[in-house]
Amino acid sequence: MYAQMIKSEATEDDPEKLAAFQARIDAGEKIEPKDWMPEGYRKTLIRQIGQHAHSEIVGQLPEGNWITRAPTLERKANLLAKVQDEAGHGLYLYCAAETLGVSRDDLTEQLLSGRMKYSSIFNYPTLTWADMGAVGWLVDGAAIMNQVPLQRTSYGPYARAMVRICKEESFHQRQGFHIMMAMVNGTPEQKRMAQDALNRFWYPALMMFGPSDKDSVHSAQSMKWRIKMNTNDELRQKFVDETAPQAAYLGLTIPDEALTLNEDTGHYDFTQPDWSEFHDVLADNGPCNVERMSARQKAWDDGAWVRDAMVAHAEKKRARKVAAE
Amino acid sequence: MDQTLKDHLVAFLLRQGDNTLVLGHRTSEWCGTAPALEEDIALANTALDLIGQTQLWLGYAAEVEGTGRTANDLAFRRDAYDFKNLLMLEVPNEDFGRTILRQFFFDAFQVPWLDALQGSTDERVAGIAAKSLKEALYHLDRSSETVIALGDGTEVSNSRMQAALDYLWPYTGEMFADDATDAAMSGAGIAPLPSTLHTGWRGKVAEVMTSATLTTPDSTFSHKGGRTGTRHTEHLGHMLATMQVLQRSHPGAAW
Ligand SMILES: [Fe+2]
Ligand SMILES: [Fe+2]
Repeated sequence: MYAQMIKSEATEDDPEKLAAFQARIDAGEKIEPKDWMPEGYRKTLIRQIGQHAHSEIVGQLPEGNWITRAPTLERKANLLAKVQDEAGHGLYLYCAAETLGVSRDDLTEQLLSGRMKYSSIFNYPTLTWADMGAVGWLVDGAAIMNQVPLQRTSYGPYARAMVRICKEESFHQRQGFHIMMAMVNGTPEQKRMAQDALNRFWYPALMMFGPSDKDSVHSAQSMKWRIKMNTNDELRQKFVDETAPQAAYLGLTIPDEALTLNEDTGHYDFTQPDWSEFHDVLADNGPCNVERMSARQKAWDDGAWVRDAMVAHAEKKRARKVAAE
Repeated sequence: MDQTLKDHLVAFLLRQGDNTLVLGHRTSEWCGTAPALEEDIALANTALDLIGQTQLWLGYAAEVEGTGRTANDLAFRRDAYDFKNLLMLEVPNEDFGRTILRQFFFDAFQVPWLDALQGSTDERVAGIAAKSLKEALYHLDRSSETVIALGDGTEVSNSRMQAALDYLWPYTGEMFADDATDAAMSGAGIAPLPSTLHTGWRGKVAEVMTSATLTTPDSTFSHKGGRTGTRHTEHLGHMLATMQVLQRSHPGAAW
């Protein structure tokens, strides 16, 4: 998922208002921007939606790495359409965050200064064309696990953004799976690329759900507010259960010798990722953290003159219109 | 169709497809690094349109050629001297100013050009042109608006746009340089002579440059060698090295 380790913010509000607010959520009502909401709810949502938006934006970079090397015109077009969708997702989410009183520029500054994060997965490199398959299949696939339930989240603008996003994400996942299909049915080198991509992306994909949070106070609060719908472990299990048969279908081996279908539970048993690696990535020590942030910083700095000019032109136009009236 | 005319038709179709391929590729290089999110979306959308048009033009070129090559073979397995795109489209993006001004120069040509091609005696050409024109009209709206905004915006943006204009200007003349292929196309009623579009293009450019407070250079000098393939810039080889790497290193593989 694109929002990891979101700490819920403490709330010090009027207990009566809080109780009424909780009652609305429990009754399945949507909270809209003009409604009263606890400060903690608002702040937690800003962190969560903002992190999700940043992930969509930074997530363009590992795929952009292969757009210029896409092997056919069809694949190039598909990948372009996908990154265009991702940028669109970023836009919907920044708009949803804006309804909570934080501007897109403000969120961008927070990303660039390191005060806000994006999903750990985008700090991994894309090294062969098969990674475009693996990213679509596993990364978009993992994102869907989290985002489908969020279509029912309590905050209206967020829920509505998720409805639009989910449709496109499932398309991305299928597209990624098709790339993998072509690779496993291809030359020995292509098969090797496909297996190598799965080897490198499997555990980082499992990390996308975040460490176990079944005893976390923050998660309990977020679940009560219905801005988190499932525990991290539930979603990770669901992802493994759906992905393991797909890997078998592709004839690829998931790099986990302990992975087996548990006849008693009906679920797959699997090995947890190395959580120390996850914490390294969060502490900016992932393979690509520095590259990703410097690419975003450079884009922001290089684009400043354009954004300034757009604003200045709009001002001049307005002034000319006033003068003409 | 006699062989000479057929050869000219293939060359003509390659020019169409190589233009959209090369510009689409350059545009796609912006992925994730545009000045604002809206621009990221618009650039990806433009690149996507251009690659889609490439599939149509090169697909038809491959059919007319009739040697069993596909659109992908034409895009990924030809060398630089067989490419027939305008030089203007292969030079590096440099900055957003050059990227958008180049797009405008191209769009201001493509719109009347595709409009004329809709009346082609070749039905396939007319069909591809009709489909592409809808996209080109949208691109032209956007690129002309953006060029005006950046020219008019601030002192900094104005001088950046003027630098882009001074750089690109000598590459614009190639769009209108007729040759034997153009004469053959015009003779067969497949396409007009590009030179017949020059006056209209200059009018559109003058209108936008005036609103953008930019000064068009007086020079009428023009670089040539792209649409004939005789002398590309040094930049095309690097672009193709990137673009073609998978097809070249895994010949025969399906993707
Ligand atoms: Fe997305
Ligand atoms: Fe996606």
